[in-house]
Amino acid sequence: MTAVERYTYLCTGCPLGCRLEVDAVEGDIIEIRGFECAKGKRYARDEHTDPRRPVSTTVAISGGALPRLPVRTADAVPKDVVPQVAVALRDVRVRAPVRRGDVVLTDVLGTGIDVIASRGMVALD
Amino acid sequence: MISRHLRHLQPHYDVLVVGSGPAGLAAAIGARETGAQRVLIVDREREAGGILLQCIHSGFGLHAFKEEITGPEYAERYLERALEADVDVLEDAFVMDVKAEGPPRDPTGNGGRPGRQRVKLMSPTVGVRVVEATSVVLAMGARERTRGAIHIPGDRPAGVLTAGLAQKMVNLHGYLPGRRIVILGSGDIGLIMARRLTLEGCEVAGVFEIMPYVNGLGRNVVQCLQDFDIPLHLSTTVVDIHGHDRVERVTVAPVDDRLEPVMDKAWDIACDTVLLSIGLIPENELSRRLGVRMDPLTNGPIVASTFETSLPGVFAAGNVVHINDLADWVSEQALLAGRSAGQFVTGGLPPDDNIRILPGDNVAQVVPHSVASERIHTVYFRVRKPIYGDTYVKLGDLHRRKVRAAVPAEMITMKVAPRLLRDFHGDALHVHAAPVEQEQAR
Repeated sequence: MTAVERYTYLCTGCPLGCRLEVDAVEGDIIEIRGFECAKGKRYARDEHTDPRRPVSTTVAISGGALPRLPVRTADAVPKDVVPQVAVALRDVRVRAPVRRGDVVLTDVLGTGIDVIASRGMVALD
Repeated sequence: MISRHLRHLQPHYDVLVVGSGPAGLAAAIGARETGAQRVLIVDREREAGGILLQCIHSGFGLHAFKEEITGPEYAERYLERALEADVDVLEDAFVMDVKAEGPPRDPTGNGGRPGRQRVKLMSPTVGVRVVEATSVVLAMGARERTRGAIHIPGDRPAGVLTAGLAQKMVNLHGYLPGRRIVILGSGDIGLIMARRLTLEGCEVAGVFEIMPYVNGLGRNVVQCLQDFDIPLHLSTTVVDIHGHDRVERVTVAPVDDRLEPVMDKAWDIACDTVLLSIGLIPENELSRRLGVRMDPLTNGPIVASTFETSLPGVFAAGNVVHINDLADWVSEQALLAGRSAGQFVTGGLPPDDNIRILPGDNVAQVVPHSVASERIHTVYFRVRKPIYGDTYVKLGDLHRRKVRAAVPAEMITMKVAPRLLRDFHGDALHVHAAPVEQEQAR
C-alpha cells in the first residue's frame, strides 16, 4: 500500500481564492478537488509540478515624464527565478517613446519569456 | 500614456466627471453610450489613470478584459476607449466646488429634469474657470487611513508612511522608502508592497494585523507573503514607534480578545520604515460640500440603483461610494453610473427605485441603497465578522444563495431580479449573512 499524500493550495488565478486539494501518490497526481473553473484545476496541477508567477517591476526610462517605466513578464515564470528576474531588470534602461506591450528584455534568464512595457510613455520635447 | 491635450474647455458639458481612475474613465464611457454628447473628465494629476498607474502588479482585468493585466495597462486601455468615444480629458486640474442649481426632484417620481451644475475648477493651463454641466459624476476615489486614524503612540520620526505612498515613491519615482520595513495592517496594498519591496532588495521584517484574520485577498497572502517567506502575525499590533530623526525600531505586541495589547509578551523589531495598510476612506469633501446625503456605514453618498445621489443629476461611482476590492468592480458600477448620467441628460433615466436595501444580520454595508422591482440589479455588500465555511447570503426572506465563506476583506455580490420581487409589497429589504448550519438549526 502506498499512502496518498494530500496537498492544499490557494488558487491565485483570480480573487475568488479557491482552496484546492491535490491528492498524489509518489508524486503523481491522482485527484484534484476544490476548483471552480478549468483555470483552477490547471493552477493546482501547475502549482504541484511547476509553480509559476508573473513578475512586475519597473525599469529606468529617460526622455519621458517619469523616471521609471512599469514592466511585466509576458507570461508567468518559474516561481524560484522570480527574485532573479527582478534583479536582472535593475540594469535595463530604455528611452521614451515606449508603447504598451513593447519588449524591453527578450527571453529573461533563458526562460523563453519576454518582459514587456505595462504602459506607453511619450517622449518629451 | 497616450496624450491628447485638451485645447479648448467648453462652457457647458452634458456630463462632467470628477476623477479619471477606473471609476471616472468607465463613467465617461457609459455617459457617451447613452447619448451624452459632450463629456469631460477632470483629474488633478498630470495624467489620467488615477491610482491604477502606480499599481504595477498583475490582477486587473479578469472581469473587464477576461485576462490578467497590470494597473497601468488597465488604465491605458480604458483611457483609449474613452478618447475613442470623444471624451475630453482635462488633466492637472482641480475641482474646487460643485454647486447644484437643478429644479427640485419631481415628487411624482419621474426622475430629475435636467437642471445644471456649476463646477468651479482650477488649473495652470486654464486658470480658475466655472464650467456648467447638466450632470456630474463624482469619481474621486479614496485615500488611505494614516497613523492619526489609529493613534499609534510613540515618537514622530521620519519613515512612517502609508503603503500607497510607498507604492507611488517606488513605482512612479524610483525611490525606496527605506531598507528594513515593518508593515502594520494586512490590507491588499500592504501585502503587495511587502512583495514589491522584497523584490527591490529591502528586508520586510513582517506584516502585523491586529485582527485575527487577514484584511487582504487570500491570493495576495500566498503570492506576496508566503512566496517570499515574509512572516504574517495575526492578532498582533504595533504599540510603539521609536526613533529620533528616523524610525529605529518598533514595539509589537499580541492582543487579547478585546484587542488590548498584552504588554508582557511585547517585543522590539529593528527597522527604519513603518508602512501602514490600515484601510481606505472614500474621498468625499466635494460630495459633502455639495450636500449629498451620506451613509455613515460606507462613508460615501447614498445612491440609488442608478448610482444617482440624493441630488438630481449628481451621480457617484467607485471607491467614493464604497471601498471595492477590485478595479473591475469599480468599472462595472461606474459604467452604470455613467450610463445613468447620460440618461439623465437625454431624459431617459428610469423611474425612481421603490425598495430600500438595508444591512441586516452580520452585514456591515450595502450598495446601492435602493432598487427598483422591475429591473435587474447587482447588490454589493460586506460582512461584519468573518464566517469560514458555507454561508447563506439572503435578501430578506425572498432569496438566498450559498457562498463558500464570507469575510470582511471580500465584497460579496448578489443579483436581484424582478422575479424575486414580484410578490414583495414592502418598501425595504435587509441583506443578511449567516452560517448554513445556524440556518438549518432554526
